[in-house]
Amino acid sequence: MSAVGARPEIVMHGQIPERRTGWTSWLTTTDHKRIGIMYLFATFLFFILGGVEALLMRLQLAQADSTLIEPSNYNALVSMHGTTMIFLFVVPVMAGFANYFVPLMIGARDMAFPRLNALSFWLLLFGGIAFYASLLYTPPTAGWTSYAPLSDDAFLPDGGIDAWIFLIHLTGLSSLVGAINFVATIHNMRAKGMGWGRMPLFVWTILIYSYLLILALPAIAAAVTMLLTDRHFGTAFFDVTGGGDPLLWQHLFWFFGHPEVYIMILPAFGMISEILPVFSRKPIFGYKAIAAATAAIAFLGMLVWGHHMFTTPTATVVLAIFMISSFAIAVPTGIKIFNWIATLWRGSLVFKTPLYFASGFIGLFVIGGISGVMLAVFPVDWQLQDSYFVVAHIHYVLFGGSVFGIFAGLYYWFPKMSGRMMSEGLGKLSFWVMFVGFNLTFLVQHSAGLSGMPRRIYDYSASTGWEGYNLASTIGSFLLGIGVLITVVNVLLSIKNGRKAGNDPWHGNTLEWFTPSPPPDNNFDVVPVVRSVEPMKDIRREVVKRTGEPAGSVAEPVA
Amino acid sequence: MTALLLAAAPAAMAGVVLPERGGSPNADDISTLYSITLYVAIVIFVGVEGTLIWALVRFRRRRGGAPPAQIRGNTPLEIGWTVGAAVIVLALAVITFVYLPDIKNPPRSGPNGLQASGSVELAAINQTAPPGGEVLEIGVNGQQYLWRYDYPGKEQLFSYHEMVVPTDTTVTLKITSQDVAHSWWIPKLGGKADALPGHTNETWFKISKPGLYEGQCAELCGDNHADMRAAVRAVPPAEFEAWAREQRADIQDARDGLAAQRRFRERQAGGEDQ
Repeated sequence: MSAVGARPEIVMHGQIPERRTGWTSWLTTTDHKRIGIMYLFATFLFFILGGVEALLMRLQLAQADSTLIEPSNYNALVSMHGTTMIFLFVVPVMAGFANYFVPLMIGARDMAFPRLNALSFWLLLFGGIAFYASLLYTPPTAGWTSYAPLSDDAFLPDGGIDAWIFLIHLTGLSSLVGAINFVATIHNMRAKGMGWGRMPLFVWTILIYSYLLILALPAIAAAVTMLLTDRHFGTAFFDVTGGGDPLLWQHLFWFFGHPEVYIMILPAFGMISEILPVFSRKPIFGYKAIAAATAAIAFLGMLVWGHHMFTTPTATVVLAIFMISSFAIAVPTGIKIFNWIATLWRGSLVFKTPLYFASGFIGLFVIGGISGVMLAVFPVDWQLQDSYFVVAHIHYVLFGGSVFGIFAGLYYWFPKMSGRMMSEGLGKLSFWVMFVGFNLTFLVQHSAGLSGMPRRIYDYSASTGWEGYNLASTIGSFLLGIGVLITVVNVLLSIKNGRKAGNDPWHGNTLEWFTPSPPPDNNFDVVPVVRSVEPMKDIRREVVKRTGEPAGSVAEPVA
Repeated sequence: MTALLLAAAPAAMAGVVLPERGGSPNADDISTLYSITLYVAIVIFVGVEGTLIWALVRFRRRRGGAPPAQIRGNTPLEIGWTVGAAVIVLALAVITFVYLPDIKNPPRSGPNGLQASGSVELAAINQTAPPGGEVLEIGVNGQQYLWRYDYPGKEQLFSYHEMVVPTDTTVTLKITSQDVAHSWWIPKLGGKADALPGHTNETWFKISKPGLYEGQCAELCGDNHADMRAAVRAVPPAEFEAWAREQRADIQDARDGLAAQRRFRERQAGGEDQ
């Protein structure tokens, strides 16, 4: 389909206004697309940093009785890897995609509060810098959960924990401001005709993501403030000797921490729900059920934090209640998975890289979902809690789930953001290397946990029999790293030399494909009226009616 | 295949696809409960992944293939799988409650266990009275980076790192911490119990085979978390009694030695004063 460029444009743009260029234009921008790009760029840098930290840990664990990394440095790696991936990558990268695509998908010209939007990004960046500055003195060593009393000044008096607290405050403010902005934008700025029942599913998940952030973040903001005053101003919220209680920290942390898991996975669900219908050439199966399941997961997600505390001294009846609420989440989650598979069923699957990552996402997330249900059985959790089984579980959910979803989204939307296609060959290679590497890394960790290996240990003796699992895991992790690197190379090569994408390379369903790639500053000269959940299908039909020939697409089978 | 293997050799599968077992009945029960959830998981896994892979292969775009079916949903089917998923998790909840009492409640000590007439006091624990049996209650105290065990009795008896217990005797643990959060875990003897300052957590085990059972702290507790190992050595009751006597004597000797040293120091200090 070499004739993409020659086809009549279906967009009614006049002259594209001249763009401001130069680095100051980036520093001062309030354009949601530029802010989105900065989000994606910054969060992927943090992803690389967190990945390097993970690989260093895997190197240390590859052999028993290894002396490569000192215990305190290992604990610093544990803490920085988890904190980076959660607070500086998965949560904000979703905000990055949402920044770029929510206004485009709902037919808006920008976010509701553009300057607040810029503030969100800069708070995030400076949160990350404040945190990483601790490398210059003492990095935090209490894990991403910073459990009190270990995180109290009596045990870790150095500044690392304080750097962690500032990161939570700054990135928390960033997310909160951003979430309010998304809520205001989605509620008020949808194109004419886009009722709640015609809103793209990615926008649905970002709306719910935003509400979850608004509900969950105050708990952790309060908790880290209490920790800060415990550490420096003589309070004793978490200190038993002063009448406080370390369990309070765990409740406050997980009251935020569990919704956080859904904050990290729901937008990926949204991306998958956008990508599958496009590449199956079929409508999404059960649109309303998927939107409703998203809301149900979010609601139930607020009620399950206790399943992180099954081994604490807590009454059995409380544990039973948290087991049942955790089981309940499996139902709406299952609904989504069944709906996605039903979307593929009897489709006409166009195997481009986004579909590879989206299918990989379903396959891997199912494993994380199943092990999640097993962990919810609280007597079973007494054996699995804090073991490598849990490490495997969270990575099947957060890497196999969220990160594969993010990569699907990256390959799907890169043409819109850059105006160029990514290499399909490198994309598919990256997928297979990541898929094999990921499973090699994390599948064996289930067994390591079952045989008694606790998480967050810098060392183990050869007599434990864990060496085989760990060596396999380390080899897998480097394969996984190479897979990610291939995508990085793909991005760098394609951004200059990729094939021109045109407006609508995949035959998308949603309004972002109505604009040129990349979209102009004002997004739309004319915002189309939305008549269905797939407005681009209507527009293409209209174009055929008026011009007599279909718009081209590089996602058509090779002629 | 895996299911067959599981049914055939739970012991061989422990630590590979099942939690550890073979030390104490609660560990065995957890392992069994886990294996039931694993059977359910395998069925769901094969069903879902099989359908996914089949769909990906079967409905790949082909020249002259069937056009994509423009279906937007199927209410009976959707209600069906919602109810199906709910029934499965409900069944899992019921099965859990069936196994829970045996995992949670300590049984009575066996006939060959430690006898109450011995030198170590036995006490019926108050929270879940075992029918007629007596149990040995040991206090477990986590501290950076070792475990201390306090035995009941008028004369002080304690040890560090290695807990010596009599076989065929139900041992209940009262677990706490004196500094940060730790977690008690000997995989073959059952699940974890967090050790938190200001709280007392409980668990139990009952060992029939003499031997050494090893584990380690499961909650990140500082730089040397990985070195905070724990061990339980199970010995016949008579041997346990002998160990207790010797340990008490050692503790008394150490105390006497310390007192003598202190008196010596005081005398010396007094001499210097004059």
